[in-house]
Parts: sequence; C-alpha cells; structure tokens
Amino acid sequence: MRCRKCPQRAVLGMPRHNTAYCGPCLTEFVRTQVQKAIKAQTMFSPEDRILVAVSGGKDSLTLWEILLKLGYRTDALYVDLGIAGYSERSHEKVERFARDVAKACGSKLIIHTVEEDAGAGIKELANLIKRPTCSACGTIKRYQFNRVAWENKYDVMATGHNLDDEAARLLGNVLNWQEEYLQKQSPTLPASVEGFSKKVKPLYRMTEREVAAYAVVNRIDYLVEECPMSKGAKMLVYKDVLNRLEAESPGTKHRFYWGFLEKQKKAAESTPSMTDSDQATLLPCETCGQPTTAGTCTFCRMMARAKTATH
Amino acid sequence: MKVHLSHPNRDIELQGPKRVADIFKELQLIPEAFLIIRGQDLMTEDEIVKDEDSIEVRPVISGG
Ligand code: SF4
Ligand SMILES: [Zn+2]
Ligand SMILES: [Zn+2]
Repeated sequence: MRCRKCPQRAVLGMPRHNTAYCGPCLTEFVRTQVQKAIKAQTMFSPEDRILVAVSGGKDSLTLWEILLKLGYRTDALYVDLGIAGYSERSHEKVERFARDVAKACGSKLIIHTVEEDAGAGIKELANLIKRPTCSACGTIKRYQFNRVAWENKYDVMATGHNLDDEAARLLGNVLNWQEEYLQKQSPTLPASVEGFSKKVKPLYRMTEREVAAYAVVNRIDYLVEECPMSKGAKMLVYKDVLNRLEAESPGTKHRFYWGFLEKQKKAAESTPSMTDSDQATLLPCETCGQPTTAGTCTFCRMMARAKTATH
Repeated sequence: MKVHLSHPNRDIELQGPKRVADIFKELQLIPEAFLIIRGQDLMTEDEIVKDEDSIEVRPVISGG
C-alpha cells in the first residue's frame, strides 16, 4: 500500500477516510486534526496555559506530545493510584517522557499520589469504604485534576479521550437513556462556576487506533499494559461492538459521535446552557470549597468515611 | 513466524509467509482494535510477513 499523499510506503490504512498514510503524512494528518478540534470546539488559544492529565498510556502521552509540538503552553499532571506493579510502571513511563521530551520544551510534570490523600492505594481505599475501585478512582482523579488545575491557575484541563472513548460512552448513555449525562459529553466543558476548570478533549476526532499508530510512528514510549482493574469493564464491550460495526461500515464511530455533537449544538440554542444549570445547582463544598450538588462533595465524604473506617 | 500478543503477554508461532490481513483472520481479531508492528515499523493489511519474521500484535483499545 502506498501513501495517498506522497510516494512513500503507507504505514496505516484508514478505511473511514478511504485513505492510507506514510509515517510523516500520518503525523501531519493527526496534528492537523487536533488543531481543527481545538478551533472547532473553541478549546484554547496559544496564550492559554494547559494542564494535561497523563496516565502513561498512549492517549495521554500522545496528547501531551502533540500539544507541545503545536507550540501550546502545556504541563502535565500524573495521579499515582498506588496499584502494585502497574502504578510503578506507568509512573516510570510518564517520568521518562517528562525528562526526555517535555523538559526541552519547558514543560513540567506535577505528581499527586492517592496515598497522600488516603494513606493507602486506591484498591485499599475502595475496599475500606466499600465502593467499586473504578468508581472511587474516577472520583479521585476528577477531583484532583480539577483542584490542581484550579489552584495553579491553568486556563484549561485537557484529557486524552479519543473518538472510541466518546462513542462508547455515548452508546452506554443512550442504551440506558441517561439523558442527564448527555449534556456533559461535549469535547469542551465550560468553567461554569467558581472552582471548576474548563475541560477539553482535543483527541475526540481521532480513533484509538490512529492515536496508537501516531505514538508508534513518533516513538512515544507508552505503557501498553492496561490497569489491572479495567478487566471486564463495560466500556470494553461497547468499544468491541462499535469496532465490529466499524469493520462492516467504516466511519460508523465518527458518524455516531459527530452526529450527536451536531444535534447537541442545535439543541443548545433552545435549552438553558450548562453554565446556567451548574450555577443554579452547584454550591461550594462545606469541607474543601470545590463545587458540589451536595453539602459535602463526594471526595470529602469518601475521605471522611476512610478515616472513620480506620479508627 | 513469531507472534507476540498482549493482555496477557504471550508468544505464538504461525506458518509464514502470510498477509497481515490473513493473520487477523486466523487469530480472529478485529483489525480496528490492533496494530501489527515489525521491529519499530507498522505494517498495513496487504503486507506479507515472512516465516523468519517476528511481529507484535499490539492491542490499541483501553478500558479505563
Ligand atoms: S481501570 Fe479503574 S482503577 Fe484503573 S485507572 Fe481506570 S478507573 Fe482507575
Ligand atoms: Zn506520505
Ligand atoms: Zn469537598
């Protein structure tokens, strides 16, 4: 197979675009798509300071690399979950990328450990408060990313969610008719209230496979291994189903998610904005001050439960 | 050919030469969920893997 843009050998066929690219042309294509995403969803400008949430996996390290290559002022935050083996290995990948790639661009890595909040790793904490590990983990990561971005005055927080992530989440939300979640599924969420950072997903136009191919071509040394807790996750089933549909009919995933974004844009003209509804429902947490719908936020309640459980 | 698979990590032997597309079929894998890597290079589905080659079948789907 030949590259469609130059005479080189292709390294990736992309049926959904009916095309194939060599390494350099793939790199250019991906960076252009990310730049388009940033513009189309008014994510940030070259003056803004961006905090990328990194895990050591392909999506977040690729996002960090692309934003630096595009010249954006980007730092990264890694939350160490304290999962034996996996956390050490992912931590090491992130540190290595920070040292070998990011540092030269003046970009720094911030590290937060679950242990400093909870006195234990995420598995032990979840056990203690009798919650599924992934739900406790989700709460902690959302809370800490938002807090670190807010306290360090970053203009926006970016995550490495790709098209497969967003299409799978949309499928899950639609299958269960979780309409209240649909509004929150936009690639750009505003800093709706005091204490909430703006949140963006610049990779939403790229499939998971395209992101991985970019990482391989650009020698981004990421952790292929998955978090051991992700085994059996519902998301994996949704992704598998979507990829089977994609094989039959290339472009299914992007038609599904982009179609949703179009409809959402139209609906936004007639419904109250998220900023309005957030301002009407969110108040500062009585313990930490972060916005919450309850008196005390989920994170603070979790930490309080952990404390009583150990005494 | 030697084929390295992940989740869990393991190595298997397949008879070569074989097209990448046929390797996907034989292992019953969906191409959209994997990349085939020889050395440091990605291979497209029409390329031939020789019997003496070593390749990696790398999953690209994350669950978190
Ligand atoms: S799989 Fe679960 S525990 Fe692991 S990083 Fe994802 S949410 Fe956290
Ligand atoms: Zn090319
Ligand atoms: Zn709180």
